[in-house]
Amino acid sequence: MTDIPMDTMVRAAAHPRRDIGLKARYAAERRFRIYGAVAISVGLAFLAIMLITIVSKGYTAFWQTTVSLPISFDEKVIDPSNKRAADPSVLIKANYPKLAENALVAKLGINPDDKPAIRQLKGFLSEGARVQLRDIVAADPSVIGTTRDVNILTAANLDSAFKGQIDLSVEEARRKVSDQQIAWMNKLKADGVMAEHFNTGLFSYGASSRPETSGMGVAIIGSFYMMVIVLLLALPIGVAASIYLEEFAKKNRLTDLIEVNINNLAAVPSIVFGLLGLSVFINFLGMPRSAAFVGGLVLTLMTLPTIIIATRAALAAVPPSIRSAALGLGASKMQMVFQHILPLAAPGILTGTIIGLARALGETAPLLLIGMVAFVADYPKTPFDPATALPVQIYMWANEAERAFVERMSGAIIILLVFLMAMNITAIVLRRRFERRW
Amino acid sequence: MSSLLVLAIVVAIGLVAFFIGRQRAAAQDNGKVKPHSRAHYHGWWAFLLAVLPALLLLAVWAVGSSVYLDRNIHAALPERTVNSKVASEALDVSLVKSLARGLRKLDAGTLAALPASFAELQPLLAAKGVALASDTQDYMIPIAVEANKVQDRLGLFGAVVILALSIAGAFYALRQIAPRSRARNNVERLMLWGLLAASTIAILTTVGIVLSMLFQTITFFESVSPMNFFFGTVWDPRFAAAGSGGSQGQFGLIPLLAGTLYIAAVALLVAVPVGLMSAVYMAEYATPRVRSVVKPALELLAGIPTIVYGIFAVVTLGPFLRDLSAALTGGSPFIQGQSIFTAGLVMGVMLIPVVSSLSDDIITAVPRAMRDGSLGLGATRSETIKRVILPAALPGIVGAILLTASRAIGETMIVVLAAGVAANLTINPFEAMTTITVKIVNQLTGDLEFNSPQTLVAFALGLTLFALTLVMNIVALYIVRKYREQYE
Repeated sequence: MTDIPMDTMVRAAAHPRRDIGLKARYAAERRFRIYGAVAISVGLAFLAIMLITIVSKGYTAFWQTTVSLPISFDEKVIDPSNKRAADPSVLIKANYPKLAENALVAKLGINPDDKPAIRQLKGFLSEGARVQLRDIVAADPSVIGTTRDVNILTAANLDSAFKGQIDLSVEEARRKVSDQQIAWMNKLKADGVMAEHFNTGLFSYGASSRPETSGMGVAIIGSFYMMVIVLLLALPIGVAASIYLEEFAKKNRLTDLIEVNINNLAAVPSIVFGLLGLSVFINFLGMPRSAAFVGGLVLTLMTLPTIIIATRAALAAVPPSIRSAALGLGASKMQMVFQHILPLAAPGILTGTIIGLARALGETAPLLLIGMVAFVADYPKTPFDPATALPVQIYMWANEAERAFVERMSGAIIILLVFLMAMNITAIVLRRRFERRW
Repeated sequence: MSSLLVLAIVVAIGLVAFFIGRQRAAAQDNGKVKPHSRAHYHGWWAFLLAVLPALLLLAVWAVGSSVYLDRNIHAALPERTVNSKVASEALDVSLVKSLARGLRKLDAGTLAALPASFAELQPLLAAKGVALASDTQDYMIPIAVEANKVQDRLGLFGAVVILALSIAGAFYALRQIAPRSRARNNVERLMLWGLLAASTIAILTTVGIVLSMLFQTITFFESVSPMNFFFGTVWDPRFAAAGSGGSQGQFGLIPLLAGTLYIAAVALLVAVPVGLMSAVYMAEYATPRVRSVVKPALELLAGIPTIVYGIFAVVTLGPFLRDLSAALTGGSPFIQGQSIFTAGLVMGVMLIPVVSSLSDDIITAVPRAMRDGSLGLGATRSETIKRVILPAALPGIVGAILLTASRAIGETMIVVLAAGVAANLTINPFEAMTTITVKIVNQLTGDLEFNSPQTLVAFALGLTLFALTLVMNIVALYIVRKYREQYE
């Protein structure tokens, strides 16, 4: 009777406890946790892949191949009939590419009568040589008859070949550079004449149909004008509106309407602002198309809600005791706001403004509608001249077929992202440095 | 006198008034009477009275005189006949105006002996860098000269009146200065009006958006019936170059709307689970160190412009998916380079940070007590999240998803680059489809005649898009706000 083993007794006592499936529940817990980690990794992985592909495609755009040639400014080519004293336009219309071609022929030691070779040589240097040499002569006509070393851009295809981006194992007829051109290239490279330099043209040239002479100069200036306009208009108006709504407005129909409007405008698709700009600013008020001024106005309207929402949050975060103290010492309400609340809210307002500006800088769609997709070769002197913007320039290059444009486009994206990152980091630093906990 | 010069003089008068006013107010403070306002308020009041009314008049005058000039030119132009050389009356007027602007650049000597024919005038103007349309007619020259004279007279008269008003305002304010005059209250009242005006800009913007699109849409519906637009299943607007008379096309909204909703749905399928799960992980599991790295990275993802996503889709992801599908079937690719799937996938990634930051706010707003109660009863963390926190946060999350959906519908650059331009009706996600926003961009870039239905349809599309997103935003904002109040 008493010889029931001890362990069965214990088991019997433990048995009535309900099986609550702890193991399964903990497994579910682990699975859930892994889902979360996977979700975050997916987002971060995509970010990493995107940045890596763009940088790997684009970093080569910051270098450009040039050939340093001793150009002899031969009078026989520039001004064969010696008319330049009477007719200055001779110097503008002269056959400058011939000068570069002659220099290259001499350098490579080609027989000038070898027609097929000369024809292949024509595709070697950039057409931009015309402008480059013309500018030298126009600046100083006395250079005619002398010889000078000039760095001349190579054509985009040669630039790609020099950077090793063209697969030379492909049969000659199916690639854009011929074996002869490659041979010349290697010869010039061995001589140390052909080399890569930092691509200042990417930052200074305007629009061009040739990749090697196209750059973002016009776009940078256009974007700069627009940012200045957005800052000058959106910041004061946004701050004024927030002060009214946060500090003065009574709760009534009008303020309700304004609030609903602001919250809704913050979520309206940006392209709708472009339609507004096109029909009101351009068609109704007759402002010029493609102008940075109109772009700035459209972006201002788009940025205002962002700035207002950030400013209101910053104003609301200033504790009521400050208000009471100021009023108690005899300040008027206006003095309280402008001399006490606003300075304390300034870091928050600044952060919101920078984030709003960064969004405006990357915005493309509304600018397409007001005609900023234009081929603009000259720098805009005022905000009323035709211009483009950084993201629009990227879009325009994305529509080009040549591979050298893809390189430039990726380079432009890198520059845009650097600008945006600098702005966002400034905002974060400002927030960290000046944030107060009351 | 140019209005810029007038403006500068008015501001200068204002500044002088400011300094005199401050000086006078300070001089009057002899210690016997306690002044009501500090000296600089008197200065500012004088400045405002000198500048504001004058500026208002300047604006009215500028608009009024340009309208008057236009009417004058209209009246002076010869009667339009069948064989008029210029296409329209409006073009006529604008030619005269640009001619008048060009004449301003000529010096007095040339103006005195102005040639009567445009053929002789053109080289003179060209020498000054003025390029004019070649269909400017001879009869326009005297009209332009007369217009310039009228403009000069109007400008001079206006400038005198405005400057007089400005000086009068300054004197009035300066005379008012007395120790007990309430300059501060006056200034502050004006400031308050300024603040109110700034806050009404939001309303004006909305009104501007609605009205501008509404008028163009009504004009559009004069040539295309609303039935054909809203229920048409064929989108084929034809191309109307300027002056071709505008051949009729078909403007069916259905294929565009279907494409828009399809791509948005794909994007939400990607963004909602991933975004929601990352928000849950960040709010409930992540250690502070992980949080401090991951949160800025997600913010970075949100800060990348959409054009960059679009280019990634079209340059890298699209070709990659096409080649991948070709490799899978061993030949013909079943995923096209531009497809609903590619566009939706990339847009979904773009929306991940939107969903996660909105839901993060909502999840952290669920009161601590509910969480602790559930954990105290023995639930695991994931059970607490699934059974307590998410149901409590559900209305807010629905609102967040609606806001995200409205972003997806209105997104432009990704679909312009990655979705394609052909207006198909298909259910295969690997084919190209187009969206409302793509067609708005297509119809409005390029040199189209502004009043053709091909251009106006963009405004009808824009209004549809605006109405669609407006409804979603308002519902979402209502839900989010209502939900927030529950726990406050």
